[in-house]
Amino acid sequence: MADFGFKIKQTRSFNLSQADLRKADRLLEEVPSYRLCIGCGGCTATCSARQFTDFDIRKVHNTFRRGQYDKLADELRKCMLCGKCTLVCPRGVNLRSLIINMRQLLTPSNETF
Amino acid sequence: MANFHPFVVPFVFGALALFVICGYKYVRWIKQFDRKQQKLIKKNMFSTRIFPAIKEMFNECLLHLRITKKNWRLGYMHRSIAFGWFLLIVVGAIESRIGIKGPFHFWCAIFYRFFHHNPPVNGTEVFFTQLMDLILLYVLSGIFLAFVKKIHSRVLGMKRTTKHTVMDTTVKIALWAIFPLRLLSEAVTARLYANGGFLTQTLGDLFSRPVADFLEIPLWSLYSIALCIFFLMLPFTRYMHIFTEVFLIYFRKLGLRDSVKMTGYTKFELSACSRCGMCIDRCPLYNTLDINDVQSVYLLRNLRNLEHHQDILAAGKNCLMCHQCAEDCPVDIDLMSIRRISRDKGDTDMADNYRYLDPVKGFNAIGRVAYFGGCMTQLTPTISESMKTIFEAAGVKYWHLDGERAICCGRPLLQQGFNKQAADLRRKVSELISSCNATALITSCPICYNTFKHEYHLNIPIYHHTEYLDMLIKSGKLSVKQTDTTFTYHDPCDLGRGCGVYEQPREVLKAIGQLKQISAEKENSVCCGMNLGNTVLSLDQQTKLRDKSLQILTEPNPDVVVTACPMCKKAFKHGTEANVKDIAEVVASSIQNEECRIMNYEL
Repeated sequence: MADFGFKIKQTRSFNLSQADLRKADRLLEEVPSYRLCIGCGGCTATCSARQFTDFDIRKVHNTFRRGQYDKLADELRKCMLCGKCTLVCPRGVNLRSLIINMRQLLTPSNETF
Repeated sequence: MANFHPFVVPFVFGALALFVICGYKYVRWIKQFDRKQQKLIKKNMFSTRIFPAIKEMFNECLLHLRITKKNWRLGYMHRSIAFGWFLLIVVGAIESRIGIKGPFHFWCAIFYRFFHHNPPVNGTEVFFTQLMDLILLYVLSGIFLAFVKKIHSRVLGMKRTTKHTVMDTTVKIALWAIFPLRLLSEAVTARLYANGGFLTQTLGDLFSRPVADFLEIPLWSLYSIALCIFFLMLPFTRYMHIFTEVFLIYFRKLGLRDSVKMTGYTKFELSACSRCGMCIDRCPLYNTLDINDVQSVYLLRNLRNLEHHQDILAAGKNCLMCHQCAEDCPVDIDLMSIRRISRDKGDTDMADNYRYLDPVKGFNAIGRVAYFGGCMTQLTPTISESMKTIFEAAGVKYWHLDGERAICCGRPLLQQGFNKQAADLRRKVSELISSCNATALITSCPICYNTFKHEYHLNIPIYHHTEYLDMLIKSGKLSVKQTDTTFTYHDPCDLGRGCGVYEQPREVLKAIGQLKQISAEKENSVCCGMNLGNTVLSLDQQTKLRDKSLQILTEPNPDVVVTACPMCKKAFKHGTEANVKDIAEVVASSIQNEECRIMNYEL
């Protein structure tokens, strides 16, 4: 295909009724404040790791919430846990706790599901 | 068999069992020391460090000087029981050595009055008899105070005492019973043979002869049984601290410290905790939020008793890491390190993390100081702007290391138990700092400062900006105008208790205005509630903590509430009408160097 300098993004679609939401539900249980998230992206905007790489914490937790856990563990390793996202969140979501819990849920040795 | 009676059997059995069990435990823990700790022991075992160690053992294990300094009533209570009992054993041993006729067994010293019926005849014997009674009275006064403390702890200056387990309570009752039983046994024997001192003889004379005759053996037996119960339970309860603290002080003086993993040294620390509960009273989670099962005393107990893993995690997680309990601990246990050990996330992620930092290259900053604002300062840019103004006014060449892109120092990862990741991040940051060849590192964030100071091995001096401002003002490079503004100063946890920086910020503020005293400052400063150590508190709870801290700070009605931490500033800013500023902003707005155009910050 000729290179026009831009690409058309592949459609990302998945069937939510077939997604395994057990880890996501567990996450909501552990971090109840995550229910308040409006997906504004303030966390990504301020992210320290984002300043060096294409790490997108909003995308990570949104994807996690929909039960699509592939590659998220690798992605989460980029986070430095500095906590700026928690401070800027307009809804008071405890993002540091959220990230730690996602990491724990994605660690193979802690696999309970 | 001379100098023997069946009632000594429980005591002898208990004492032997005690030494076997303790010995077994200690050997096992020493085997669990990691390589670095073993090396230190081998190197320093017979060095002169043993003398200060002995001094500290005497001062702390027996005299309890640290507790006395904080609360003399509690100090008296602990000293009278520990030092008093020690004296009873030592003086009793000397007395019995002199007095016992026939074969000498070690139990003769404990039950001396029973095996030596002759009334004191010469001066030495009279002296020892009276002395032993005096010491017994001393111990009994301590037991009485302990009893009072149990019923009404405020009499002894404690708001709350530890909730003990059934085991701990049982062994405590055994301990409390030992000394009154000893008094009664000696009293009835004194009634029969007139061999008592001022206390036992007076008490004994209240009994009639047949009653004393009837009670003598049962009372001595009960005394022996109480000792036996205490000795048998000691290795499995909090009283293990009696012997363990001695070893802990010795190892600490040899230079041993906690590692990131649970080692034998940590096991010694866990058992050296006497569960006195002094860490509870000033824990912000307890006295503001009424959370009363996460304090260090409970965490250490859970770790030691190998409680269910989830319980340990739950207790370990909910902590601000504000260092207050470590400050208050009379045994000086490294509670922050143990808290981190309890949060250890394991070695699951062993890959080299944060590779994306590799291409980040340091600016060639020879002859300049490096300024590291820290992540939080990115959210409070007035602090870094003020620092830049100050650098320019003082004519200091600087380089803003994380001006455009912030790198974390690694403390948040470390505090949450991601040790491998934290170490990887630290390595990247150290490489970056050392490659820029700066002359000094100045940081605005106490969290970063604490990490650079204690976790990094940088070969340049590290200053928090309060220290640096103090140096600039004292050396005359920066002149500030004295005004009549009044300040109160909040000591950030990591700067004050974490690094011991108390005086420099106060000196700076005194050079600019008047510093008002507040009710809880320096070591006692109350955390603002936003400390990075905690990830489980809700926003509501954090707000309550903040309000408590603010209430103390605004009490004297200052013009400006000053802090030295971007986190604290952010916390306070939204909680009060009062003017909240970082110390750098205060200094920047009162510079009067001629060559500098004063930028006036309306913040």
